[in-house]
Amino acid sequence: MSAPAAPALETGLAIRLEGVSLGYGRHAVLEDLRLDVAPGEVLVIVGPSGSGKSTVLRAIAGLLPPRAGRVLAQGVPVTGPSPDRAMVFQDDALLPWRTVLRNVELPLRIRGVPRRERRAAAESWIARVGLAGCEDRLPRELSGGMRQRVQLARSLAGAPRAVLMDEPFGALDAQTRAGMQRLLLDVLRDTLATVVFVTHDVDEALLLADRVVVLGHRGGHGGIGRVLRVPDPRTPDIDRAGLRARIIEEL
Amino acid sequence: MSTPALDATLGPGAPAVESADAATATGRTRTAAGLRRWAVRFGSLAVVVALWQWLTTADARVGLRFDRLPSPAEVAAEFGRQLGTRIYYLDLAQSLIRILTGFALAAVAGIALGVLVARSRWAADVLLPPVEVVRPIPAIALVPIAILVFPTDEQGIVFITFAAAFFPIMVSTRHAVRALPTLWEDAVRTMGGGRAHVLWNVVLPGTLPGVFGGLSVGMGVAWICVISAEMISGEFGVGYRTWHAYTVVDYPAVLVGMASIGVLGWVASASVELLGRRLTRWLPRAGESAEGDIR
Repeated sequence: MSAPAAPALETGLAIRLEGVSLGYGRHAVLEDLRLDVAPGEVLVIVGPSGSGKSTVLRAIAGLLPPRAGRVLAQGVPVTGPSPDRAMVFQDDALLPWRTVLRNVELPLRIRGVPRRERRAAAESWIARVGLAGCEDRLPRELSGGMRQRVQLARSLAGAPRAVLMDEPFGALDAQTRAGMQRLLLDVLRDTLATVVFVTHDVDEALLLADRVVVLGHRGGHGGIGRVLRVPDPRTPDIDRAGLRARIIEEL
Repeated sequence: MSTPALDATLGPGAPAVESADAATATGRTRTAAGLRRWAVRFGSLAVVVALWQWLTTADARVGLRFDRLPSPAEVAAEFGRQLGTRIYYLDLAQSLIRILTGFALAAVAGIALGVLVARSRWAADVLLPPVEVVRPIPAIALVPIAILVFPTDEQGIVFITFAAAFFPIMVSTRHAVRALPTLWEDAVRTMGGGRAHVLWNVVLPGTLPGVFGGLSVGMGVAWICVISAEMISGEFGVGYRTWHAYTVVDYPAVLVGMASIGVLGWVASASVELLGRRLTRWLPRAGESAEGDIR
């Protein structure tokens, strides 16, 4: 398999949350978040539904301005979305009127990459996620797992320095999900991008993470419970029962 | 016939091969079914014409007086005669130019304003109040104003057509933009896309299904209004010709005019419908995956 043109060779983004409080309208979901994400690390945020996992991700993406505090990317305050911070959504975020190829090309097109170059890059990413031959299909002609592969290719085609993943495999059945996790591990090996991954699945967190952040409720509003380092991350066949029990206890 | 439904459950990988077979099978049954449907459609039209012929030649007076109504045969003869005259085509062309101009202007203005007021609260506050006051006025009631304001009748008629088509298009566009899921916009923004990218890559394509609903309705009322406006103030056009035939009590010509209006209106609406279907092929359609099983 040929190496994709212009993969994320730039170093990953350092992300920092400084006393960030988040919410919609008047209601605060999370208060006083402090967190450092190191360049190139895979940080997984776990928490029960409603704990504000996705909200944190939206703030890092620049889609949701914090009510207080600052989100910093490489030391610079985040004021809005940037192609440096790509996002993979849970489902149906592909533009349904664009074919697979044209969906994957979109971030490159927005950045003004010439037609031939962006086509080559998109085709190689589509092949990388195992969908060669599906370039001209519409999203509605794909299964849920295939659509998430396209989303992964689309987010990485733009060579972002951080990839924000919002329960990307949450809507998939167990088998497809395991396949997608393998694919993601495989793809992440070649990129230096920082990854912030949100899930409610503890096993998924342990499989992918360098560090696991547990979001929980304390004193009326949510916040960061504990940050746990995963020893020998992404190594198969390691018994992580002890760590797993600690995370579940935190939840 | 259950193949299309089956391959949906087979999951990734399999559909490529499976659906190719299913497509040819359903393709064949689809053409047969299509022919049958067309036969039914023509049959329905033929029955109406036959009934009309029978009622008029029998001079039926059953509450309604059919004895003085021209028969389809008389109308057909008059139609044949008119097809040989230059004036018939001039009238058709005149009406078509009027409706196409008015409709095109309404489509552009309606879509632009609909998007604008849905995306910007400020634009909505400034532009919507006058629009909402004018909207309930039937376009045809604007004829006296049109005659007063526009230097030529021609412009007045185009304006009436425009006014008729504009409101349904604007309102449908506005609703379609507001109903658009924010997810697609978020996705484009996280790719670094600005307002223009969101507009071009999300809002315009995403609202097409709703916009075409408005265009279909707009085309319908535009026909009604162009014909009515021509009857009141035209010197040419199918509507004018039809009204003129009535003033000289030439009923076969009136019916030829009515039939021409009907056919032209139908063709115009069908064109909008067809274009809409072609541009929104990406929509998940119930008929596509499960057509065979429903029937």
